[in-house]
Amino acid sequence: MLEIRDLRKSYGTTAAVDGISLRILKGETIGLLGPNGAGKTTTVSMIAGLLRPDSGEILIEGRAPGSDTDPIKRKIGLVPQDIALFDELSARDNLAFFGALYQLEGAKLERASAEALELVGLSERVKDKVKTFSGGMKRRLNLAAALLHDPELLLLDEPTTGVDPQSRNAIFDNLETLKKRGKTLLYTTHYMEEAERLCDRLVVIDHGKVIADDTLHGLYRLLPVTNLLSIELQNASGVGPLMLEKLRTVAGVRSAELTESLLKIGVHDLSADAPGILQWLVSNGHRYSHVVSERPDLETVFLSLTGRSLRDS
Amino acid sequence: MMIPLRALIQKDLRLFFADRRSVIMSFIAPIVIASFFGYIFGGLGGKTETSRIPVLMVDQDSSAISRAIFADLQARDSLNVKAATVDEARAAVRKGTATVAIVLPKDFGTEAGRAFFTPARKPQIDVFYDPSHAAEQGMVQGILTGTVMQVVSKEMFNGATGNALVKESLAGIDSSAGLAPADKKRLRDLLQSVERWNERPPATQATGLSAGVTVPYEVRQEAVTARAGVQYNGYAHSFGGMSVQFILFMGVDVGIGMLLMRQRGLWKRLRAAPLSRGMLLGSRAISAAMISMSILAVAFAFARAVFGVRIEGSMAGFLGVCVAFSLMTAAFGLLIAALGKTPDAARGMSIFVTLIMVMLGGAWVPAFIFPPWLQTVTLFVPTRWAMDGLDAMTWRGLGFSAAIGPIGALLLSAAVFGVLAVAKFRWEAEEH
Repeated sequence: MLEIRDLRKSYGTTAAVDGISLRILKGETIGLLGPNGAGKTTTVSMIAGLLRPDSGEILIEGRAPGSDTDPIKRKIGLVPQDIALFDELSARDNLAFFGALYQLEGAKLERASAEALELVGLSERVKDKVKTFSGGMKRRLNLAAALLHDPELLLLDEPTTGVDPQSRNAIFDNLETLKKRGKTLLYTTHYMEEAERLCDRLVVIDHGKVIADDTLHGLYRLLPVTNLLSIELQNASGVGPLMLEKLRTVAGVRSAELTESLLKIGVHDLSADAPGILQWLVSNGHRYSHVVSERPDLETVFLSLTGRSLRDS
Repeated sequence: MMIPLRALIQKDLRLFFADRRSVIMSFIAPIVIASFFGYIFGGLGGKTETSRIPVLMVDQDSSAISRAIFADLQARDSLNVKAATVDEARAAVRKGTATVAIVLPKDFGTEAGRAFFTPARKPQIDVFYDPSHAAEQGMVQGILTGTVMQVVSKEMFNGATGNALVKESLAGIDSSAGLAPADKKRLRDLLQSVERWNERPPATQATGLSAGVTVPYEVRQEAVTARAGVQYNGYAHSFGGMSVQFILFMGVDVGIGMLLMRQRGLWKRLRAAPLSRGMLLGSRAISAAMISMSILAVAFAFARAVFGVRIEGSMAGFLGVCVAFSLMTAAFGLLIAALGKTPDAARGMSIFVTLIMVMLGGAWVPAFIFPPWLQTVTLFVPTRWAMDGLDAMTWRGLGFSAAIGPIGALLLSAAVFGVLAVAKFRWEAEEH
């Protein structure tokens, strides 16, 4: 559906996008992950035709878009990061306007508007002015405005920015519906949990470069540990550096850190390694009151790949 | 391609009319202000009651001549003359309660009479004036000159003071060192003739120079307007001027609106659609021109209905000027959108430029009061052409040929602004 080859864009001496290549198959949902300033929006803008790349190639269904009026642009639906709606117009009038930009009118436009509003759950508010909407409703209408011309590729540039958890869930539901309908989604975010929930594949970018491109499981494999044992010790005062040194030599232990009374131990194979580790603690006089095992999240993956937190920038 | 074009234009019009502030600023404000200015500057037929110039007169002479001058000035319709002392007069002019003060010094009548026939020292009249009313000062001085000439000459040829001064002058001719013998003889002959004139029988004194020396002509005034019988209508100019001003403000809003669209991400959505750049800018220009035309239509319809403003000249010329000015305004708006970095930064600068254009265009005060070099400069200001064109087609009642220059200048300005706007427009999204 979409192929990007060695895309580059600089502003002065700053390379915003520095040789990004990626490929998205029809029906795939790809998460473009990275901190603010990583080059996500610039990449999306170039795909949507808002920015001219310095070099590189963008192919939509194997063809590079030509002029501003190239009909291939109809295959793309852009959901900008900003709420790109006219506050003074009603939801219906907004959709009528954006639909008309793609030559929709009459019954065709009515049907497309009704379907888009139905999908985002705003059918009841069709006559209300956008300025009376909550932030979450505006976000949903912002999504609906990109769906009117039934695009095959949806470019979603941080579509949940500034919304409450309930509205975010509603938007996720909408996107999952679109995914089921076979739409191709390119979703930029710096929220790992969003990417984890929605995306088939994740492309992690930083400083304009792709630093990882894999499925969720593939990215986890890049981590030194795949599971984390969190153990609440009953008496942590007797635990010192020497004890941690010894613990790290126990079979299956990849890492061991103590924060106050919470001992965090990284392992690869939970079922094989956990019993021996717990046994070792008890036999060395370290009783515990609580044990939890957890999988590291993509935040950890990003930290591991870049040495920086996603929300740092 | 008509569906998106129509949608883009409709959207602009709907947004404009949905914004109450824009509607009031564009339709109501020019009508209110133009009505006020029209009333102040001439009104219907130029017969608006004008205020009389406040003048103070200090009579330190109290002679027959000075009293006659005071009485003559008081009788003038254009002046409001009151007596005062020197200190009162100076204080009043400083405060602005009097525009001009005239001081007739002691012995003014005698010295003026003496200087009338002989090369004696002329008395000095002091005139204090408010420098912010220089034009009125000139007018008062002109009236004063005529009055003094008439009153002094009347006294010289009829009055007792004049008779005594003639005799005094006759007695002093022989001792006058500055005159040649031949000139002394001629002056003696003249004064003896005046003496005989003054001593003529009373029955014949109502004729000849009994009224004094007056200006040797009468003035017939005729306001030259569209046609005989059509009076000047000050509202025509003020409605043109205020429409021009507020339409330009609307043009500023067009530019700011585009910058706001860019700031709010709407421009991205428009650019992502398969639309040409020409359509995106052209639709904005068309909608701005349509709003501009409707403002002109409403303003002049109101002026016609309420103040009787008529298109006395060519209707085609009037429409041509309106269309050309509307296109110029639309291009001006696009230029603001192209050159402005942010809405706030662009707003201040563009309002300043608009006010300069309006001022130099003669929308507030007529351009003819500007110094010659500035009048030449205004030829490069499109609003000057808009005002000239609207004046020519309304109260001046000129034909279409008089509209060709303004239409051409406005279309040329529109083309220059438009080309600059397209060349400087930032089409790419700003991501950094």
